[in-house]
Amino acid sequence: MWSNLQILLQAPAFGVDLAVNGVLVGAVFALVAFGMALVWGVMNVINVAQGELVMLGGYVTWLVSRLGVNPFAGLPVSMAVLFVVGWLMYRIVVFRVVDRDMFISVLATFGLGILLAQLINQVFGSDLRTASPDLGTLLFMNGIVSVGVVKLAAFVLALLVGVLLWLFIKFSRLGQAIRATAQNPRAARILGVETDHVFAFTFALNAALCGAAGSLAVMAYTIHPYIGLPYTVRSFMIVVTAGVGNLPGVVVAGLGLGVAENFAGFLLGAQFQVAFVFLLMVLVLVVRSRLLRHQRKYLE
Amino acid sequence: MNRKETTLCVALLAAGLIAPVAFSAYTSQIAFLWVMVIFALTWDMLGGHAGYNSFGNVLFFGVGAYTCAVIQRDAGLSYFTALFLGLGAAGVMAAVTAVVFGLAILDLRGHYFAIATLGLGIAGGEIAAGWRYVGAGSGLVPPLYPGQLGDRGLFFSYLFLALAAAVFVLFRRLYRTQFGLALHAIRDNEDKAEAMGLHTTRYKVTGWSISAFFLGITGGGVGNLIGFIDPHDVAFAGSTYGVWMLLMAILGGKGTIWGPVLGAFVFHITQELFWTYLLGWQRVAMGVLIVLIVMFFPQGILGWARERWPQRFGATVEDRS
Repeated sequence: MWSNLQILLQAPAFGVDLAVNGVLVGAVFALVAFGMALVWGVMNVINVAQGELVMLGGYVTWLVSRLGVNPFAGLPVSMAVLFVVGWLMYRIVVFRVVDRDMFISVLATFGLGILLAQLINQVFGSDLRTASPDLGTLLFMNGIVSVGVVKLAAFVLALLVGVLLWLFIKFSRLGQAIRATAQNPRAARILGVETDHVFAFTFALNAALCGAAGSLAVMAYTIHPYIGLPYTVRSFMIVVTAGVGNLPGVVVAGLGLGVAENFAGFLLGAQFQVAFVFLLMVLVLVVRSRLLRHQRKYLE
Repeated sequence: MNRKETTLCVALLAAGLIAPVAFSAYTSQIAFLWVMVIFALTWDMLGGHAGYNSFGNVLFFGVGAYTCAVIQRDAGLSYFTALFLGLGAAGVMAAVTAVVFGLAILDLRGHYFAIATLGLGIAGGEIAAGWRYVGAGSGLVPPLYPGQLGDRGLFFSYLFLALAAAVFVLFRRLYRTQFGLALHAIRDNEDKAEAMGLHTTRYKVTGWSISAFFLGITGGGVGNLIGFIDPHDVAFAGSTYGVWMLLMAILGGKGTIWGPVLGAFVFHITQELFWTYLLGWQRVAMGVLIVLIVMFFPQGILGWARERWPQRFGATVEDRS
């Protein structure tokens, strides 16, 4: 650990490399967290199967790329397939738990997560998968800072999908209904919004976002069946840090988490990176709840 | 304890004493049955009685397994002295871990706590797998049980029977004290409980560390029973033991004393009899089972029976006609 710290202090360019790559992966985290915040804010459900949806989206793109098509074509396919999966998940399971205690929805989506992860493990095995489009690498600062073009593309696409969704929610009529339901479901129902449809659509939209994130993850990084839980935890941490309704905060927290994780992976060793994510979440929760305590509030 | 319950307890105890001798080929399955009972009962203390679902209780199991094995490796004592010393240390170590994490995350409200515990087991597994002192990725091998081949299963099935009985009796008493009332108050309305002057966090941390203490001891014992501690598949096996704990408790009926016991029996016996036929689809089936129970059967077998036949559970049914 100390030797790695010395490398970092003597050659700050390594730090730049870690930071840049952290920002790039952070955009994918932010995208997943955006979806979680959407579902949480609109229907008051914390979707513990969030990461499994990301994993599923990755496998769809991987399957598409195995057909010999450019993996980028897998992005819309993943989004479409996951939209349907999300819709089905809502219609079969989530609608039964949506207006009940939050415990029940946490448990039910936890079960769904196990189901999806084990299903994929059973069908495709537990190997690492990747569907890299081989776009080469950009080098800066004497070759110390290396940025894969595909990671850059994933960063841009993640932001693009996020911005498009934000525009949709801000300006379309359905988006208006979603925001109305988030503010007050009962009043929205009285004014003629079919909240059940809105919930189903929101959940499906969230799944499509996760599908996009998974598709980008399998192109720029690697996936395996058990990648879901870290993604769920990351997005939960991001949403708790930023607050449910705070979209710019989600982006900043997502990018920050990416950077922090990259530095931790370098300093502690890559084998401790996931453990770092989990322990960081415990820390985030503790700090956030202490800060709120000073205002005599607690995490709601 | 009424007569029916006493009879049941005596019958179970007798069965537990006779079974390992009568079915000597199945001693390790019988030992695991008691382990499952301990899993479900300890999960239920916070999950059922205080309403705080934990997904990370397997952390304490793993901490116990490793603590016990390290003491057995390094103490240089005879097998049984080292084992019992290790089991005690395993319990204490797990309880200390629970207090440390509990003070941090148990003052959060329920669903935040639940998600904060999601990664605890996996984090424990990763750290153990990267830590050379505890054997890193290749795990630890506790010392071999002295004596004849079949004795190990026999010894551990009695050990776990005793432990499960101790947990049952202790928890049963605890739930009737002020401590138990405080846990129930937290489950029913935490804000009110706090307003009445209960230090709710203190009660929750105490409850969690009591659970952790027994889980730690169980972990130490199971490490020795299996004879090999793998960081991911034995000690911090979140996707098997970790999920089973909560599945058994909610299947039997959470928030009761017999529910988790019943759930453990039903689950373990079903698993041993049928699950090999599922050819690897067991874990998928587990996810389906959790979703189904949560959606359609949240009160569990015992809760359902209580609704179905209230008279048999001591409730008087008024005839309103």
